[in-house]
Amino acid sequence: MIGLLRSNAGLVAVGILGLALLAGLPIILDLYTLLQITLYAIFAILALSLAFIWGYGGILCFGHSAFFGLGAYAYAVAVINIGESSVPLLIAMALPALLAAGLGYFMFYARISDVYVGVITLTVTLIFYNVVNSTAGPQYHIGEALIGGFNGMPNVPSLNIPFLPDDTLDPQGMFVLCMGLLLVVYFGLHGLLVTRFGRVLVAVRENEQRVEFLGYDARLHKLIAFSIGGALAGLAGCLFTAWGNYVSPTAFSVVQSAQIIIWLMVGGSGTLLGPVIGAVAISWLTVEIGTQQVVNANVVLGAILLVFVLLVPKGVAPMITEKFAPWALSLRRPAATPHQLPQEGKA
Amino acid sequence: MSPPLIETRGLSKHFGGVQAVRNIDFSLAEGELRCLIGPNGAGKSTFFKLLTGQIKPTSGAVLFRGTEITNLQAHEIARLGIGIKTQVPSVFNALSVRSNLWIAAARHKKGKAVAQAVEAQIERLSLSRFADGLVGQLAHGQRQWVELGLVLCGEPNLILLDEPAAGMTEEERGRTAELIQEINRAHPLIVVEHDMSFIRTIARRITVFDRGAILMEGDVDQVFGNQAVRDVYLGKQAAA
Repeated sequence: MIGLLRSNAGLVAVGILGLALLAGLPIILDLYTLLQITLYAIFAILALSLAFIWGYGGILCFGHSAFFGLGAYAYAVAVINIGESSVPLLIAMALPALLAAGLGYFMFYARISDVYVGVITLTVTLIFYNVVNSTAGPQYHIGEALIGGFNGMPNVPSLNIPFLPDDTLDPQGMFVLCMGLLLVVYFGLHGLLVTRFGRVLVAVRENEQRVEFLGYDARLHKLIAFSIGGALAGLAGCLFTAWGNYVSPTAFSVVQSAQIIIWLMVGGSGTLLGPVIGAVAISWLTVEIGTQQVVNANVVLGAILLVFVLLVPKGVAPMITEKFAPWALSLRRPAATPHQLPQEGKA
Repeated sequence: MSPPLIETRGLSKHFGGVQAVRNIDFSLAEGELRCLIGPNGAGKSTFFKLLTGQIKPTSGAVLFRGTEITNLQAHEIARLGIGIKTQVPSVFNALSVRSNLWIAAARHKKGKAVAQAVEAQIERLSLSRFADGLVGQLAHGQRQWVELGLVLCGEPNLILLDEPAAGMTEEERGRTAELIQEINRAHPLIVVEHDMSFIRTIARRITVFDRGAILMEGDVDQVFGNQAVRDVYLGKQAAA
């Protein structure tokens, strides 16, 4: 047990830190900051959903906001019609997962090359954006829910305690839920990646042909991974709508898709912690830059992206583990085996 | 009489106007070790791609133990127990040797048996020094062995090796030849090679490809003594 803990020290540390933030932040932070951090947690879930399919599955999805936006709108439409948030939350995950499965079927089973997967996903999100953008007017409604076109959908109900529509979550409750879900998604994906499915998925990223020579269906692995990523992006979309009680077509925008990719690039797409750090750091920075008038936020973000692509191509998290962790480990090692210390001193 | 392990009937593959493989009737018995030789462009690699389902033939059929497998997907053919080592090592570069072999062994094993199979393969291929290193950082010859390990971990019924000794040192070639003979005690093999001395070491029966068709088939001495084979392929090297 102790050995297991030690070999997973990083994971344990993340878990403890996560739980500490989950319990502590609502007590110490003011409402405004807590709301901001709730949003960062939602974005972190979104970043993880893309990290899983891009960083581990090797699927270059340039239009991830299609799933995010679909989840956001599916929740809004469903919760307005149903008047209770539990089923809408599930719908907001199921619809993007189905879209991903459908898209994935045509892309992966037709063995379309990576570049075209990028083009197709980008196109899909553009289609969503333009269709939803042009649905202003009373004739565009699903049940009782007006789609609202470029004006978006205001007054979307918040999440409530399952099946108790009158007990909506307060900001503290929403924070605990989002932070909790972030931890569940983070550790869930970690767990998934050590299973045979997860390991084969990484192998597909490395060499699809060899995976098939070994008797695994690479197409099916990609399809399942893509659907999981779609469902998680949908979850983030649902939380996003519930957080702001509002959704607009910008959820589908290419800017939104690019934003997720930037989080991954800055944080490190081949890891799970990196995208979380990237999403939180960049989102925080965007807000901070917005408070002053000297430089435009997009200029700063563009510069940051340039710096990372050129100087830290793998992102922050791999850089830390590769460059600094060996140094930190070498400091720790003598302490772990104290009897060797005197000998080393003599030499 | 039991059907051949693998058999092709009138197998052809055209790429546009190019006839890469023409009307090949080939069969391999259980337990056999067969060498395929032929000049570049003779269709050997295309033939392998047809056997493993990477490409579909223009006409003709592939049968495995009497069952037609012509139109199966590559992974379905692999599940029947046909393993292939490709010409350029096809491995998982960003993963360790151990992880590479784990994925191969986990296809049909569970729990502790996977780790045992991986360790046994590392031992067999003398890879223990690099077991936790990334495959992408190994030398070409070592990557060839890792790929061989991937194939063997699948415990295949038939192994196809496309130039297994390419890019190896003289010493590594010797070790690979020994390995192939050892593997053949348990598994039937088809080996494509260019190196004649390597062929002489391992071969019993040889099939010669030329311009997409089978030129001849026979024992080592028959083939090496045949004038037509010398003309198309061996040339001065064998005559000397």
